[in-house]
Amino acid sequence: MNFYIISLVKAGITAGVLLTFCAYLVWIERKVLAHIQLRPGPYRVGPHGLLQPLSDLIKLMTKEGVIPANVHTFFYLFAPFLAVALALISIVVIPFGPEFSILGVTTGLGLTDLNIGILLVLAVSSLGVYAIALGGWASNSKYSLMGGLRSAAQMISYELPMALAIVSPLLLLNTLNFREMVVGQEGFALGFIPRWTIFAAPVPQVFSFIIFMIAVFAETNRVPFDLPEAETELVAGFHTEYSSLMFAAFFTAEYANIITVCCVATALFLGGWQPLWPAAYGSNFVPPLIIGLAGLMLLYHGSQALKSRRWDRFSFPAIGVIFLGLAGLFFVPVLQPVLIPFFWFASKLLVLIFVFIWVRGTLPRFRYDQLMKFAWTFLFPAALINLLITGLVVALTSQ
Amino acid sequence: MSENGETAFTAVLETTQEEKLPGGRRRMTLNMGPQHPSTHGVLRILLELDGEIIQKAEPDIGFLHTGIEKQAEALGWQQVVTLTDRMDYLSNLANNLAYVLPVEKLLGLEIPPKAQWLRVMLNELSRINSHVVWLGTHCLDLGAMSMFFYCFREREDILRILEMFSGQRLMTSYIRVGGVALEPPRGWEKVMAKFIREFPAKVDEYESLLNTNPIFVERTKGVGHVGLEKLLDLGVSGPMIRAAGLPWDIRKSEPYSSYEKFDFDIPCYPESDVYARYRVRMEEMRQSARIIEQCMAGMPEGDWKADASKVVLPDREKMKTQMEALIYHFKIVTEGFRVPAGEAYVPVESPRGEIGFHVVSDGTSKPYRVFMRTPSFGNLQCLSDLFVGRLISDSIAGLGSMDFVLGDVDR
Repeated sequence: MNFYIISLVKAGITAGVLLTFCAYLVWIERKVLAHIQLRPGPYRVGPHGLLQPLSDLIKLMTKEGVIPANVHTFFYLFAPFLAVALALISIVVIPFGPEFSILGVTTGLGLTDLNIGILLVLAVSSLGVYAIALGGWASNSKYSLMGGLRSAAQMISYELPMALAIVSPLLLLNTLNFREMVVGQEGFALGFIPRWTIFAAPVPQVFSFIIFMIAVFAETNRVPFDLPEAETELVAGFHTEYSSLMFAAFFTAEYANIITVCCVATALFLGGWQPLWPAAYGSNFVPPLIIGLAGLMLLYHGSQALKSRRWDRFSFPAIGVIFLGLAGLFFVPVLQPVLIPFFWFASKLLVLIFVFIWVRGTLPRFRYDQLMKFAWTFLFPAALINLLITGLVVALTSQ
Repeated sequence: MSENGETAFTAVLETTQEEKLPGGRRRMTLNMGPQHPSTHGVLRILLELDGEIIQKAEPDIGFLHTGIEKQAEALGWQQVVTLTDRMDYLSNLANNLAYVLPVEKLLGLEIPPKAQWLRVMLNELSRINSHVVWLGTHCLDLGAMSMFFYCFREREDILRILEMFSGQRLMTSYIRVGGVALEPPRGWEKVMAKFIREFPAKVDEYESLLNTNPIFVERTKGVGHVGLEKLLDLGVSGPMIRAAGLPWDIRKSEPYSSYEKFDFDIPCYPESDVYARYRVRMEEMRQSARIIEQCMAGMPEGDWKADASKVVLPDREKMKTQMEALIYHFKIVTEGFRVPAGEAYVPVESPRGEIGFHVVSDGTSKPYRVFMRTPSFGNLQCLSDLFVGRLISDSIAGLGSMDFVLGDVDR
C-alpha cells in the first residue's frame, strides 16, 4: 500500500515538474537564442517574459484544432498522443538523486529503480520515430509526408552509433540500472578528479560522450539535424498540418525528449548527482552560493529598475527573496541530502540543455544524405573503435 | 491526395505522371510556394519529385505583379523615380540611377561631379545593404538562424545612413533627374566613416563563421552548378555570372556616373556553384566599402544638382526673389519637364546584375514607354537548370544563391 501511495505522489510530482520545465525550456531557449542573436527575446508577458509559456499554452488550448480533409483521422489524432506519451515514459527510469529517508520512509529521488533502465530508454526512443512518421503520413500533406520519411531515414542512421556509444560506458559501469550507474561513478581519483565515466581511469569516455551527444541531436530533431521539420525546406515538416493542442503535443514531446536525453547523458557520462569536487573541499556550499548570489543580483537590479519598467521594482526583489530563501533551504539538515545531489544533477542537465540551444544558434542544417553519410562513415566507425578499445582495456584490467 | 489539388497542378504543369518509373514508382508533384518560407516573396515553383530528387521545376511568377511599367506611362518623368524604388526594394538606389541616366541622356544634362560622387557612394552603400540581406536570408535558408540577425544589424546602420540622406529608410528616391534630391546632411561624413571603418571587420567575422564551418561548406560547395555558356544564353548577369568565371561588371565595362575614376577589383570565381556566388558577394561587399572610402576622400566641392533651370527645381531662396525661378518652379511642379523625343538605354550594375531602363519619349512631360530590363528576371531563368537532378535541400541553397527580388521580377 505504502509503495502505491509513494509511487503516485512521485509520479504526480515528476509529471508536474517535467511538464512545467518543458514549458519553461521554451522560454529559456527563446531567451538564450535571443541573446545569441542580439535581441531581447520574450519581454512583454510578465517580468522578462516569464509568463510567456503560460500565455502560449492558453493560446494553443483555445485555438481550433483543425482536422484537414482526407486525413487518416485515427492516425492523425493518434500520432501526437503517441509522441507525447513516448517522450514522457523514458523519464521514469532517471534517478535525480540518491536514496533518502523522509518521515521514516526510504525512497529514491526518481520514479522507478528499473534494472534495465537504459534498455527502456533505447527502446522507447526508437519507437518515437513512429509518431513522427505516422503524423507525417496521416496528415495527407506532401510536406508532412517528406518530413516523416526524412525522420525514418534519419533514425536508421543515428540509432546505431548512439547505441554503440552507450555500450562503452556500460562496460565500465557493469550495470543497466541508472541508479547503480551513478553510484558506480562515486568518488574521486587522486582525491579531486571525479570518477565520472567521461573521466574514468582506464579509458575516459570522451569520444563516446561526443558521439552520444551528436546522435541525440539527431534523435531529438534539433539543429543541425532538424531535417524532419526543416522550416525553410518543408515549411514545418511532419507537423505542418497540426494545430492547437495536437501541435502543442508534438512541441512538448520535442522538449521532453531533450530533457530525457540530457538526463541520460548526465547519468551515464557526467556522474549524475555526484558533485564536481569533494564535499571536503566545500562543494556543498556551491549551490547556496550560486543561488544566493542570483538572489542578491535580482535585489540589486530591482533597486536599479528602469523608469519605463516600473514593475521590475517589485517583481525583481520578489524573485530575489525567493532565491535567497531557496539558498537558505540548502542549510536545513533534513533537506541537505536531497537538495544538494539534486542541484548537481540539475546543473549538469542545464549545461547540456544550454549546449543544445547554443548549437541551434550557431550551426546550419545538414542535408539528409550528408547526415546519413556522416553517421555511417564517421560516427559509426568511431563509436565502434571506441567500443573495441574500451572493451579491450576493460578485459585486460578487470582481472 | 485530393482530386482538386491534383487537377490544379496539372492545369499549369504538363505533368509526366503517366511515365512509369522502374519498380512501379510514381513521381510526386509538389507545389512549392507562393507561401513557402524560402521562396523569398511570392514565387511559386512546381516541382516534380522522384523521392526527394527534383525531376522537373517550373517557376510560376506574377504573384507580385504591380504594373509598374504601365504606371510609369501615367506619371511625370521625375515621378517615375518613386516607382523604381518599389521594384527591387533592396537596391532602390541602383534602380533610381538606372532610370535617371537614360532620361538625363535624352535631356543632354551635365551632372556636376559632387552629385555623381554622391550617387556612386550611395549606390555602393545600397549594394552592401542588398548583399547583407542576401547573406542573412541565404544562411537562414540553410538553417543558420543567427547570421540573419547579425546581417540585419549592419543593415540597420545602412538604413540609418540612408534615412539621414533622404529622410526615408527604404523608399529613398534620393537620386533624381538632374542630380540628387537633397543636399547631403550635416555630419554625414562622421557617420559614414564610422560605418566604413567597422564594416570590413564585420565581413571578416561573417567569413570566419561560415568559411570554416564544414556544414556550410558542404551544403554550398559543388551545389547548384550551371555552366557559363548556359548562363550567358539565359541572360543571367551580376554576381551569378562572375561566380561562373566571367569578370563582367558594367561598372568596369561601360562605366557610368564616373565609375571609371574609382579603383576597385571585380571578384571572380570559376566554380559557378553556391559557394562561389557566396564568395563573390562577400568580396563585393569589401570592394564596395573601398569605393565608398574613395568617394569620401575625394568628394568634390560644388553643386549637388545640375544647372538646368527647366529640369531641376530652383532653390527656395531664388524662387522667392527671382521672377524667372518662380515661373520655372511653377512649370516643373504643375506640368513637369519635357524630354526631347527619342529613346535611350543605359545599363547599370545593380547588386543583382544588369539593370537598365529603355526609356522612350515622345517629347511630352510623361514617358511614352519605360521598359525595365531587370536582373532578377534574367537570373530566375536558370532556376530549372539549378534544380533538376538535385535534392530539395540543394534546390533551396540554389534558390537562395540566385538572389532575386520578386518585386523586381514581376514589376
